[in-house]
Amino acid sequence: MMRELYTQVIMDHYKRPRNHGEIEGADLHEHLLNPLCGDEVTIYAVFDGDTVADVKFSGRGCSISQASASMMTERLVGKSREEVEREIGEFKGMMTGEKDFPEDDDLAALKGVIQYPSRIRCATLAWTAFQRGLEEQG
Amino acid sequence: MYDVAEIRREFPILGREVNGRPLVYLDNAATSQKPRRVIETLTEHYERHNANIKRGVHRLAEESTAAYEDARKKAARFIGAPDSTGLIFTRGTTESVNLVAYAWGRKNLREGDEIVLTESEHHSNLVPWQLAARATGAMLRFIPIREDGTLDMDEARRLIGPKTKLVACIHASNVLATVNPVERLAEMAHEHDALMLVDGAQSAPHLPVDVQSLGCDFFAASGHKMLGPTGVGFLWGRTEILEEMDPFLGGGEMIREVHLDHSTWNDIPHKFEAGTMNVAQAIGLGAAVDYLENLGMDNVREHERRLGEYAYRRLSEIEDIVIYGPKQGRTGVLSFNLPEVHPHDLSQLLDEEGIAIRSGHHCCQPLMRRLGVAATSRASFYLYNTQEEVDAFVAAVTRAREFFGAFA
Repeated sequence: MMRELYTQVIMDHYKRPRNHGEIEGADLHEHLLNPLCGDEVTIYAVFDGDTVADVKFSGRGCSISQASASMMTERLVGKSREEVEREIGEFKGMMTGEKDFPEDDDLAALKGVIQYPSRIRCATLAWTAFQRGLEEQG
Repeated sequence: MYDVAEIRREFPILGREVNGRPLVYLDNAATSQKPRRVIETLTEHYERHNANIKRGVHRLAEESTAAYEDARKKAARFIGAPDSTGLIFTRGTTESVNLVAYAWGRKNLREGDEIVLTESEHHSNLVPWQLAARATGAMLRFIPIREDGTLDMDEARRLIGPKTKLVACIHASNVLATVNPVERLAEMAHEHDALMLVDGAQSAPHLPVDVQSLGCDFFAASGHKMLGPTGVGFLWGRTEILEEMDPFLGGGEMIREVHLDHSTWNDIPHKFEAGTMNVAQAIGLGAAVDYLENLGMDNVREHERRLGEYAYRRLSEIEDIVIYGPKQGRTGVLSFNLPEVHPHDLSQLLDEEGIAIRSGHHCCQPLMRRLGVAATSRASFYLYNTQEEVDAFVAAVTRAREFFGAFA
Protein backbone atom coordinates (compact mmCIF):
# COMPACT_ATOMS: atom_id res chain seq x y z
CA MET A 1 0.00 0.00 0.00
CA MET A 2 1.19 3.42 -0.95
CA ARG A 3 0.24 4.87 2.40
CA GLU A 4 3.64 3.40 3.35
CA LEU A 5 5.17 6.37 1.52
CA TYR A 6 3.93 8.53 4.36
CA THR A 7 6.05 6.92 7.03
CA GLN A 8 6.20 8.10 10.61
CA VAL A 9 9.63 9.59 9.86
CA ILE A 10 8.38 11.69 6.95
CA MET A 11 5.27 12.81 8.79
CA ASP A 12 7.36 13.72 11.82
CA HIS A 13 9.69 15.94 9.76
CA TYR A 14 6.63 17.43 8.02
CA LYS A 15 4.72 18.23 11.19
CA ARG A 16 7.80 19.21 13.24
CA PRO A 17 10.33 20.46 10.71
CA ARG A 18 13.89 20.84 12.00
CA ASN A 19 15.68 24.12 11.40
CA HIS A 20 12.59 25.83 10.04
CA GLY A 21 12.94 29.60 9.87
CA GLU A 22 15.07 32.36 8.44
CA ILE A 23 18.59 33.62 9.07
CA GLU A 24 19.13 37.34 8.78
CA GLY A 25 22.28 38.17 6.79
CA ALA A 26 22.99 34.54 5.87
CA ASP A 27 26.04 33.85 3.67
CA LEU A 28 23.88 31.71 1.40
CA HIS A 29 20.30 32.68 0.64
CA GLU A 30 18.51 30.89 -2.21
CA HIS A 31 14.84 30.84 -3.18
CA LEU A 32 13.49 28.15 -5.50
CA LEU A 33 10.05 27.47 -6.96
CA ASN A 34 8.75 24.16 -8.22
CA PRO A 35 6.96 25.30 -11.38
CA LEU A 36 4.98 22.06 -11.43
CA CYS A 37 2.98 22.84 -8.32
CA GLY A 38 3.94 26.31 -7.11
CA ASP A 39 5.69 24.96 -4.03
CA GLU A 40 8.58 27.10 -2.83
CA VAL A 41 11.55 26.87 -0.53
CA THR A 42 14.19 29.30 0.67
CA ILE A 43 17.49 28.02 2.05
CA TYR A 44 19.69 30.04 4.42
CA ALA A 45 23.19 28.95 5.40
CA VAL A 46 25.93 30.47 7.54
CA PHE A 47 29.53 29.36 7.01
CA ASP A 48 32.34 29.26 9.54
CA GLY A 49 35.31 29.30 7.19
CA ASP A 50 34.67 26.36 4.91
CA THR A 51 32.18 24.68 7.23
CA VAL A 52 28.39 24.97 7.30
CA ALA A 53 27.71 26.35 10.77
CA ASP A 54 23.94 26.75 10.47
CA VAL A 55 21.19 25.96 7.92
CA LYS A 56 17.55 26.95 7.95
CA PHE A 57 14.70 26.70 5.45
CA SER A 58 11.36 28.39 4.95
CA GLY A 59 8.60 28.01 2.38
CA ARG A 60 5.48 26.05 1.74
CA GLY A 61 4.89 22.73 0.11
CA CYS A 62 3.80 19.14 0.34
CA SER A 63 4.90 16.69 2.99
CA ILE A 64 7.65 15.26 0.79
CA SER A 65 9.25 18.61 -0.07
CA GLN A 66 9.07 19.89 3.50
CA ALA A 67 10.30 16.66 5.12
CA SER A 68 13.17 16.39 2.65
CA ALA A 69 14.21 20.01 3.36
CA SER A 70 14.11 19.32 7.09
CA MET A 71 16.27 16.19 6.72
CA MET A 72 18.71 18.06 4.51
CA THR A 73 19.33 20.75 7.12
CA GLU A 74 20.15 18.08 9.70
CA ARG A 75 22.47 16.28 7.35
CA LEU A 76 24.47 19.24 6.06
CA VAL A 77 25.33 21.11 9.27
CA GLY A 78 29.00 20.70 10.10
CA LYS A 79 29.97 19.64 6.58
CA SER A 80 32.57 21.38 4.38
CA ARG A 81 31.59 22.88 1.04
CA GLU A 82 33.10 19.94 -0.77
CA GLU A 83 31.23 17.50 1.45
CA VAL A 84 27.97 19.39 0.94
CA GLU A 85 28.37 19.23 -2.83
CA ARG A 86 29.05 15.52 -2.61
CA GLU A 87 26.02 14.99 -0.31
CA ILE A 88 23.72 16.83 -2.71
CA GLY A 89 25.04 14.83 -5.66
CA GLU A 90 24.57 11.58 -3.74
CA PHE A 91 21.05 12.47 -2.68
CA LYS A 92 20.08 13.25 -6.29
CA GLY A 93 21.66 9.93 -7.26
CA MET A 94 19.45 8.19 -4.69
CA MET A 95 16.37 9.84 -6.15
CA THR A 96 17.26 8.64 -9.65
CA GLY A 97 17.96 5.14 -8.38
CA GLU A 98 21.72 5.32 -9.10
CA LYS A 99 22.82 5.39 -5.45
CA ASP A 100 21.74 3.47 -2.37
CA PHE A 101 19.94 5.15 0.49
CA PRO A 102 21.83 5.18 3.80
CA GLU A 103 20.31 2.63 6.20
CA ASP A 104 21.07 4.62 9.34
CA ASP A 105 19.63 8.01 8.34
CA ASP A 106 16.13 9.50 8.17
CA LEU A 107 16.77 9.97 4.45
CA ALA A 108 16.02 6.27 4.02
CA ALA A 109 12.36 7.18 4.57
CA LEU A 110 12.35 8.98 1.22
CA LYS A 111 13.16 5.80 -0.68
CA GLY A 112 9.49 5.24 -1.44
CA VAL A 113 9.34 8.47 -3.42
CA ILE A 114 11.32 7.08 -6.34
CA GLN A 115 8.32 4.98 -7.35
CA TYR A 116 6.45 8.22 -8.05
CA PRO A 117 8.45 10.17 -10.64
CA SER A 118 6.19 13.24 -10.39
CA ARG A 119 7.13 13.57 -6.72
CA ILE A 120 10.92 13.34 -7.14
CA ARG A 121 11.12 17.06 -7.85
CA CYS A 122 9.34 17.68 -4.54
CA ALA A 123 12.03 15.70 -2.72
CA THR A 124 14.95 17.40 -4.47
CA LEU A 125 13.64 20.99 -4.29
CA ALA A 126 15.55 22.09 -1.17
CA TRP A 127 18.71 20.27 -2.24
CA THR A 128 18.67 21.95 -5.65
CA ALA A 129 18.20 25.31 -3.94
CA PHE A 130 21.27 24.71 -1.75
CA GLN A 131 23.26 23.61 -4.81
CA ARG A 132 22.29 26.78 -6.72
CA GLY A 133 23.21 28.88 -3.71
CA LEU A 134 26.68 27.32 -3.65
CA GLU A 135 27.12 27.83 -7.39
CA GLU A 136 26.23 31.51 -7.07
CA GLN A 137 28.77 31.95 -4.31
CA GLY A 138 31.37 30.55 -6.76
CA MET B 1 -33.39 9.30 -21.26
CA TYR B 2 -29.84 9.96 -20.05
CA ASP B 3 -28.47 6.54 -19.06
CA VAL B 4 -25.05 6.89 -17.42
CA ALA B 5 -24.51 3.12 -17.15
CA GLU B 6 -25.05 2.77 -20.88
CA ILE B 7 -22.76 5.74 -21.61
CA ARG B 8 -20.01 4.25 -19.45
CA ARG B 9 -20.02 1.05 -21.49
CA GLU B 10 -18.98 3.15 -24.50
CA PHE B 11 -15.73 4.16 -22.76
CA PRO B 12 -13.36 1.16 -22.59
CA ILE B 13 -10.93 2.85 -20.17
CA LEU B 14 -13.62 3.24 -17.51
CA GLY B 15 -13.54 -0.52 -17.09
CA ARG B 16 -9.94 -0.62 -15.86
CA GLU B 17 -8.63 -0.84 -12.34
CA VAL B 18 -6.01 1.29 -10.60
CA ASN B 19 -4.34 -0.10 -7.48
CA GLY B 20 -6.90 -2.89 -7.40
CA ARG B 21 -9.87 -0.50 -7.39
CA PRO B 22 -12.18 0.54 -10.19
CA LEU B 23 -10.83 3.70 -11.82
CA VAL B 24 -12.68 6.86 -10.74
CA TYR B 25 -11.58 9.41 -13.31
CA LEU B 26 -12.13 12.97 -12.05
CA ASP B 27 -9.50 14.85 -14.05
CA ASN B 28 -11.73 15.74 -16.97
CA ALA B 29 -10.84 19.42 -17.03
CA ALA B 30 -7.33 18.29 -17.98
CA THR B 31 -8.44 15.80 -20.60
CA SER B 32 -11.47 13.62 -21.24
CA GLN B 33 -11.63 9.90 -21.94
CA LYS B 34 -12.61 8.65 -25.39
CA PRO B 35 -15.65 6.66 -26.44
CA ARG B 36 -15.19 3.52 -28.53
CA ARG B 37 -16.62 5.32 -31.56
CA VAL B 38 -13.77 7.85 -31.54
CA ILE B 39 -11.09 5.19 -31.06
CA GLU B 40 -12.60 3.09 -33.88
CA THR B 41 -12.76 6.11 -36.17
CA LEU B 42 -9.01 6.61 -35.76
CA THR B 43 -8.32 2.93 -36.41
CA GLU B 44 -10.62 2.82 -39.41
CA HIS B 45 -8.99 5.89 -40.90
CA TYR B 46 -5.53 4.33 -40.68
CA GLU B 47 -6.68 0.88 -41.78
CA ARG B 48 -8.80 1.97 -44.76
CA HIS B 49 -8.47 5.58 -45.86
CA ASN B 50 -5.14 7.07 -44.82
CA ALA B 51 -3.57 9.51 -47.31
CA ASN B 52 -2.38 13.08 -47.25
CA ILE B 53 -5.24 15.43 -47.87
CA LYS B 54 -6.15 17.98 -50.53
CA ARG B 55 -3.37 17.46 -53.08
CA GLY B 56 -3.65 13.82 -54.07
CA VAL B 57 -5.71 12.75 -57.06
CA HIS B 58 -6.38 9.19 -56.01
CA ARG B 59 -9.10 7.38 -54.15
CA LEU B 60 -7.56 7.41 -50.67
CA ALA B 61 -6.66 11.10 -50.89
CA GLU B 62 -10.22 11.88 -51.97
CA GLU B 63 -11.66 9.86 -49.07
CA SER B 64 -9.32 11.37 -46.48
CA THR B 65 -9.96 14.90 -47.73
CA ALA B 66 -13.72 14.38 -47.67
CA ALA B 67 -13.63 12.98 -44.12
CA TYR B 68 -11.42 15.86 -42.93
CA GLU B 69 -13.68 18.51 -44.48
CA ASP B 70 -16.73 16.71 -43.12
CA ALA B 71 -15.20 16.95 -39.61
CA ARG B 72 -14.76 20.69 -40.16
CA LYS B 73 -18.47 21.02 -40.96
CA LYS B 74 -19.40 19.01 -37.86
CA ALA B 75 -17.21 21.13 -35.56
CA ALA B 76 -18.64 24.34 -37.07
CA ARG B 77 -22.22 23.13 -36.66
CA PHE B 78 -21.48 22.03 -33.07
CA ILE B 79 -20.68 25.62 -32.00
CA GLY B 80 -23.44 27.20 -34.09
CA ALA B 81 -21.10 28.80 -36.63
CA PRO B 82 -22.91 30.23 -39.66
CA ASP B 83 -20.67 28.21 -42.01
CA SER B 84 -17.49 26.16 -41.86
CA THR B 85 -15.13 28.49 -43.78
CA GLY B 86 -14.34 30.27 -40.50
CA LEU B 87 -13.43 27.00 -38.75
CA ILE B 88 -9.66 26.44 -38.62
CA PHE B 89 -8.18 23.24 -37.25
CA THR B 90 -5.29 23.79 -34.83
CA ARG B 91 -3.49 21.69 -32.22
CA GLY B 92 -5.83 23.02 -29.55
CA THR B 93 -6.96 26.08 -27.64
CA THR B 94 -3.42 27.26 -26.92
CA GLU B 95 -2.48 27.28 -30.59
CA SER B 96 -5.81 28.90 -31.50
CA VAL B 97 -5.22 31.83 -29.15
CA ASN B 98 -1.63 32.15 -30.32
CA LEU B 99 -2.87 32.24 -33.90
CA VAL B 100 -5.09 35.25 -33.17
CA ALA B 101 -2.50 36.97 -30.96
CA TYR B 102 0.06 36.62 -33.75
CA ALA B 103 -1.86 36.90 -37.02
CA TRP B 104 -4.41 39.48 -35.86
CA GLY B 105 -2.49 41.06 -32.97
CA ARG B 106 0.80 41.86 -34.72
CA LYS B 107 -1.07 43.51 -37.59
CA ASN B 108 -3.69 45.47 -35.67
CA LEU B 109 -2.28 46.39 -32.26
CA ARG B 110 -0.41 49.67 -31.75
CA GLU B 111 1.25 51.42 -28.85
CA GLY B 112 -1.42 52.76 -26.49
CA ASP B 113 -4.00 50.14 -27.50
CA GLU B 114 -5.43 47.99 -24.76
CA ILE B 115 -6.24 44.28 -24.52
CA VAL B 116 -8.71 43.48 -21.75
CA LEU B 117 -8.41 40.07 -20.03
CA THR B 118 -9.50 38.78 -16.62
CA GLU B 119 -7.70 37.76 -13.44
CA SER B 120 -8.84 34.19 -13.90
CA GLU B 121 -7.32 33.43 -17.32
CA HIS B 122 -5.59 30.16 -18.04
CA HIS B 123 -1.96 30.79 -19.04
CA SER B 124 -2.93 29.91 -22.62
CA ASN B 125 -5.17 32.99 -22.83
CA LEU B 126 -2.68 35.23 -21.03
CA VAL B 127 0.87 34.53 -22.19
CA PRO B 128 0.08 34.90 -25.95
CA TRP B 129 -1.28 38.39 -25.17
CA GLN B 130 1.77 39.26 -23.08
CA LEU B 131 3.89 38.37 -26.13
CA ALA B 132 1.65 40.39 -28.47
CA ALA B 133 1.74 43.35 -26.08
CA ARG B 134 5.52 43.22 -25.89
CA ALA B 135 5.81 43.10 -29.67
CA THR B 136 3.39 45.97 -30.34
CA GLY B 137 3.51 48.24 -27.27
CA ALA B 138 -0.13 47.52 -26.45
CA MET B 139 -1.15 47.31 -22.77
CA LEU B 140 -2.93 44.55 -20.88
CA ARG B 141 -5.85 45.32 -18.53
CA PHE B 142 -7.49 42.83 -16.19
CA ILE B 143 -11.11 42.55 -15.09
CA PRO B 144 -10.99 41.52 -11.42
CA ILE B 145 -12.99 38.67 -9.92
CA ARG B 146 -15.22 39.09 -6.88
CA GLU B 147 -14.82 37.01 -3.74
CA ASP B 148 -17.09 34.27 -5.11
CA GLY B 149 -15.02 33.98 -8.30
CA THR B 150 -17.50 35.71 -10.61
CA LEU B 151 -16.36 38.61 -12.79
CA ASP B 152 -16.77 42.15 -11.50
CA MET B 153 -18.90 43.41 -14.39
CA ASP B 154 -18.94 47.02 -13.08
CA GLU B 155 -15.15 47.03 -13.40
CA ALA B 156 -15.49 45.40 -16.83
CA ARG B 157 -17.65 48.33 -17.96
CA ARG B 158 -15.06 50.78 -16.62
CA LEU B 159 -12.08 48.97 -18.19
CA ILE B 160 -13.53 48.36 -21.66
CA GLY B 161 -13.32 51.70 -23.43
CA PRO B 162 -12.16 53.58 -26.51
CA LYS B 163 -8.57 52.29 -26.20
CA THR B 164 -9.73 48.67 -26.08
CA LYS B 165 -8.97 46.71 -29.24
CA LEU B 166 -9.75 43.22 -27.99
CA VAL B 167 -11.41 41.53 -25.02
CA ALA B 168 -10.36 37.92 -24.39
CA CYS B 169 -11.95 35.80 -21.70
CA ILE B 170 -12.39 32.19 -20.64
CA HIS B 171 -15.99 31.08 -21.15
CA ALA B 172 -15.87 28.64 -18.22
CA SER B 173 -13.16 28.53 -15.55
CA ASN B 174 -11.02 25.42 -15.05
CA VAL B 175 -10.62 26.38 -11.37
CA LEU B 176 -13.62 28.41 -10.18
CA ALA B 177 -16.45 26.46 -11.87
CA THR B 178 -17.86 29.75 -13.15
CA VAL B 179 -19.49 30.40 -16.51
CA ASN B 180 -18.59 33.97 -17.47
CA PRO B 181 -21.15 36.31 -19.11
CA VAL B 182 -19.10 36.52 -22.30
CA GLU B 183 -22.10 37.71 -24.34
CA ARG B 184 -22.23 40.86 -22.20
CA LEU B 185 -18.47 41.35 -22.57
CA ALA B 186 -18.90 40.97 -26.34
CA GLU B 187 -21.53 43.73 -26.32
CA MET B 188 -19.24 46.01 -24.32
CA ALA B 189 -16.35 45.28 -26.68
CA HIS B 190 -18.44 45.96 -29.76
CA GLU B 191 -19.70 49.28 -28.36
CA HIS B 192 -16.08 50.39 -28.69
CA ASP B 193 -15.38 48.62 -31.99
CA ALA B 194 -13.17 46.10 -30.20
CA LEU B 195 -13.18 42.35 -30.92
CA MET B 196 -14.17 39.58 -28.53
CA LEU B 197 -12.28 36.29 -28.19
CA VAL B 198 -13.82 33.50 -26.14
CA ASP B 199 -11.58 30.71 -24.79
CA GLY B 200 -13.98 27.79 -24.90
CA ALA B 201 -11.62 25.04 -23.69
CA GLN B 202 -13.80 24.42 -20.62
CA SER B 203 -17.18 25.27 -22.17
CA ALA B 204 -17.38 23.53 -25.54
CA PRO B 205 -17.11 20.05 -23.90
CA HIS B 206 -19.73 20.82 -21.26
CA LEU B 207 -22.31 23.43 -22.35
CA PRO B 208 -24.39 24.12 -25.43
CA VAL B 209 -22.38 26.74 -27.35
CA ASP B 210 -23.69 29.04 -30.05
CA VAL B 211 -21.09 31.52 -31.22
CA GLN B 212 -23.75 33.64 -32.94
CA SER B 213 -25.77 34.18 -29.77
CA LEU B 214 -22.56 34.72 -27.76
CA GLY B 215 -21.77 37.46 -30.27
CA CYS B 216 -18.05 36.72 -30.18
CA ASP B 217 -15.59 37.23 -33.03
CA PHE B 218 -13.28 34.33 -32.16
CA PHE B 219 -13.95 31.07 -30.32
CA ALA B 220 -11.20 28.58 -29.42
CA ALA B 221 -11.49 25.01 -28.13
CA SER B 222 -9.55 21.75 -27.70
CA GLY B 223 -10.68 18.40 -29.09
CA HIS B 224 -9.11 16.23 -26.41
CA LYS B 225 -11.23 17.80 -23.67
CA MET B 226 -14.43 16.96 -25.57
CA LEU B 227 -13.96 13.22 -26.16
CA GLY B 228 -11.71 13.74 -29.20
CA PRO B 229 -8.08 12.75 -29.74
CA THR B 230 -5.12 14.83 -28.56
CA GLY B 231 -3.39 17.01 -31.15
CA VAL B 232 -6.47 18.68 -32.56
CA GLY B 233 -8.62 21.65 -31.66
CA PHE B 234 -10.06 24.58 -33.51
CA LEU B 235 -10.40 28.30 -33.85
CA TRP B 236 -13.58 29.76 -35.23
CA GLY B 237 -13.45 33.35 -36.42
CA ARG B 238 -15.70 35.72 -38.33
CA THR B 239 -14.80 35.23 -41.95
CA GLU B 240 -14.41 38.94 -42.75
CA ILE B 241 -11.87 39.27 -39.92
CA LEU B 242 -9.99 36.09 -40.86
CA GLU B 243 -9.74 37.25 -44.47
CA GLU B 244 -8.00 40.47 -43.42
CA MET B 245 -5.52 38.68 -41.16
CA ASP B 246 -1.99 37.70 -42.17
CA PRO B 247 -1.04 34.01 -42.10
CA PHE B 248 0.22 32.45 -38.87
CA LEU B 249 2.55 29.68 -40.10
CA GLY B 250 3.96 29.53 -43.60
CA GLY B 251 4.34 26.37 -45.67
CA GLY B 252 2.38 23.93 -47.77
CA GLU B 253 -1.35 24.27 -48.45
CA MET B 254 -1.69 27.75 -46.96
CA ILE B 255 -0.41 29.26 -50.23
CA ARG B 256 -1.94 30.08 -53.59
CA GLU B 257 1.14 30.94 -55.61
CA VAL B 258 4.76 30.75 -54.52
CA HIS B 259 7.66 32.58 -56.19
CA LEU B 260 11.24 32.64 -54.98
CA ASP B 261 10.80 36.02 -53.36
CA HIS B 262 7.12 36.20 -52.47
CA SER B 263 3.87 34.24 -52.19
CA THR B 264 0.14 34.77 -52.15
CA TRP B 265 -2.24 33.13 -49.73
CA ASN B 266 -4.89 30.47 -50.06
CA ASP B 267 -8.51 31.21 -49.11
CA ILE B 268 -9.65 30.80 -45.51
CA PRO B 269 -9.65 28.49 -43.65
CA HIS B 270 -6.76 26.89 -45.59
CA LYS B 271 -4.67 30.07 -45.27
CA PHE B 272 -4.21 29.15 -41.60
CA GLU B 273 -3.57 25.41 -42.03
CA ALA B 274 0.08 25.15 -43.04
CA GLY B 275 1.74 21.79 -43.51
CA THR B 276 0.17 18.37 -43.06
CA MET B 277 -2.51 18.72 -40.44
CA ASN B 278 -3.47 16.15 -37.78
CA VAL B 279 -5.84 14.53 -40.26
CA ALA B 280 -6.83 11.40 -38.35
CA GLN B 281 -7.30 13.39 -35.15
CA ALA B 282 -9.54 15.95 -36.86
CA ILE B 283 -11.68 13.12 -38.25
CA GLY B 284 -11.73 11.63 -34.74
CA LEU B 285 -12.92 14.97 -33.38
CA GLY B 286 -15.77 14.82 -35.89
CA ALA B 287 -16.78 11.46 -34.40
CA ALA B 288 -16.62 12.97 -30.88
CA VAL B 289 -18.91 15.80 -31.96
CA ASP B 290 -21.37 13.26 -33.39
CA TYR B 291 -21.34 11.46 -30.06
CA LEU B 292 -21.94 14.65 -28.05
CA GLU B 293 -24.72 15.83 -30.36
CA ASN B 294 -26.40 12.48 -30.10
CA LEU B 295 -26.41 12.76 -26.29
CA GLY B 296 -27.54 16.38 -26.50
CA MET B 297 -25.46 19.15 -24.91
CA ASP B 298 -28.42 20.30 -22.81
CA ASN B 299 -28.54 16.82 -21.27
CA VAL B 300 -24.77 16.80 -20.70
CA ARG B 301 -24.96 20.21 -19.00
CA GLU B 302 -27.87 19.11 -16.81
CA HIS B 303 -26.10 15.89 -15.75
CA GLU B 304 -22.93 17.76 -14.82
CA ARG B 305 -24.80 20.54 -13.05
CA ARG B 306 -26.60 18.01 -10.86
CA LEU B 307 -23.41 16.06 -10.19
CA GLY B 308 -21.41 19.25 -9.50
CA GLU B 309 -24.01 20.56 -7.05
CA TYR B 310 -24.21 17.19 -5.30
CA ALA B 311 -20.41 17.03 -4.99
CA TYR B 312 -20.29 20.63 -3.73
CA ARG B 313 -22.89 19.82 -1.04
CA ARG B 314 -21.19 16.60 0.06
CA LEU B 315 -17.67 18.09 0.12
CA SER B 316 -18.92 21.15 2.06
CA GLU B 317 -19.74 18.81 4.95
CA ILE B 318 -16.02 18.24 5.58
CA GLU B 319 -14.79 20.42 8.42
CA ASP B 320 -12.45 23.34 7.56
CA ILE B 321 -12.59 22.68 3.82
CA VAL B 322 -12.33 25.68 1.48
CA ILE B 323 -14.14 25.34 -1.85
CA TYR B 324 -13.45 27.99 -4.51
CA GLY B 325 -16.01 29.67 -6.73
CA PRO B 326 -19.70 30.53 -6.42
CA LYS B 327 -22.39 28.47 -4.70
CA GLN B 328 -24.79 28.65 -7.65
CA GLY B 329 -24.49 28.21 -11.38
CA ARG B 330 -21.43 25.99 -11.16
CA THR B 331 -19.94 23.71 -13.78
CA GLY B 332 -18.63 20.24 -12.92
CA VAL B 333 -15.33 21.61 -11.60
CA LEU B 334 -14.56 21.50 -7.88
CA SER B 335 -11.37 23.18 -6.58
CA PHE B 336 -10.70 23.04 -2.89
CA ASN B 337 -8.12 23.01 -0.12
CA LEU B 338 -7.89 21.25 3.20
CA PRO B 339 -5.73 23.12 5.73
CA GLU B 340 -4.15 19.87 6.96
CA VAL B 341 -3.37 18.20 3.63
CA HIS B 342 -1.31 19.61 0.79
CA PRO B 343 -2.94 19.07 -2.65
CA HIS B 344 -0.05 16.90 -3.84
CA ASP B 345 -0.39 14.61 -0.87
CA LEU B 346 -4.14 14.42 -1.32
CA SER B 347 -3.80 13.43 -5.00
CA GLN B 348 -1.37 10.72 -4.05
CA LEU B 349 -3.59 9.32 -1.32
CA LEU B 350 -6.61 9.32 -3.64
CA ASP B 351 -4.60 7.63 -6.39
CA GLU B 352 -4.01 4.80 -3.96
CA GLU B 353 -7.78 4.25 -4.06
CA GLY B 354 -7.94 4.46 -7.84
CA ILE B 355 -9.29 8.03 -7.84
CA ALA B 356 -7.68 10.47 -10.28
CA ILE B 357 -7.85 14.17 -9.38
CA ARG B 358 -5.53 17.06 -10.20
CA SER B 359 -3.41 19.15 -7.85
CA GLY B 360 -1.37 22.22 -8.56
CA HIS B 361 -1.85 25.69 -10.00
CA HIS B 362 -3.90 24.43 -13.00
CA CYS B 363 -1.97 26.77 -15.33
CA CYS B 364 -3.53 29.74 -13.49
CA GLN B 365 -0.69 31.15 -11.39
CA PRO B 366 -2.09 34.72 -11.26
CA LEU B 367 -5.44 33.34 -10.11
CA MET B 368 -3.71 31.24 -7.42
CA ARG B 369 -2.02 34.43 -6.16
CA ARG B 370 -5.41 36.18 -6.16
CA LEU B 371 -6.85 33.30 -4.10
CA GLY B 372 -3.81 33.46 -1.81
CA VAL B 373 -2.73 29.85 -2.34
CA ALA B 374 0.14 28.05 -4.08
CA ALA B 375 -2.07 25.24 -5.30
CA THR B 376 -5.49 23.66 -5.03
CA SER B 377 -6.88 20.17 -5.40
CA ARG B 378 -9.40 19.79 -8.20
CA ALA B 379 -11.97 17.18 -9.09
CA SER B 380 -13.69 17.72 -12.44
CA PHE B 381 -16.65 15.73 -13.68
CA TYR B 382 -17.87 14.76 -17.10
CA LEU B 383 -20.81 13.13 -18.79
CA TYR B 384 -19.83 9.61 -17.68
CA ASN B 385 -19.29 10.28 -13.96
CA THR B 386 -21.77 9.02 -11.40
CA GLN B 387 -23.10 9.93 -7.98
CA GLU B 388 -21.43 6.75 -6.62
CA GLU B 389 -18.09 8.08 -7.85
CA VAL B 390 -18.72 11.36 -6.05
CA ASP B 391 -19.43 9.38 -2.87
CA ALA B 392 -16.20 7.38 -3.28
CA PHE B 393 -14.28 10.61 -3.83
CA VAL B 394 -15.74 12.36 -0.76
CA ALA B 395 -15.11 9.30 1.40
CA ALA B 396 -11.48 9.15 0.23
CA VAL B 397 -10.95 12.87 0.93
CA THR B 398 -12.37 12.34 4.42
CA ARG B 399 -10.00 9.41 5.01
CA ALA B 400 -7.00 11.42 3.76
CA ARG B 401 -7.86 14.22 6.17
CA GLU B 402 -8.09 11.76 9.05
CA PHE B 403 -4.82 10.12 8.00
CA PHE B 404 -2.92 13.41 8.05
CA GLY B 405 -4.68 14.56 11.21
CA ALA B 406 -3.51 11.40 12.99
CA PHE B 407 0.12 12.54 12.85
CA ALA B 408 -0.29 15.31 15.40
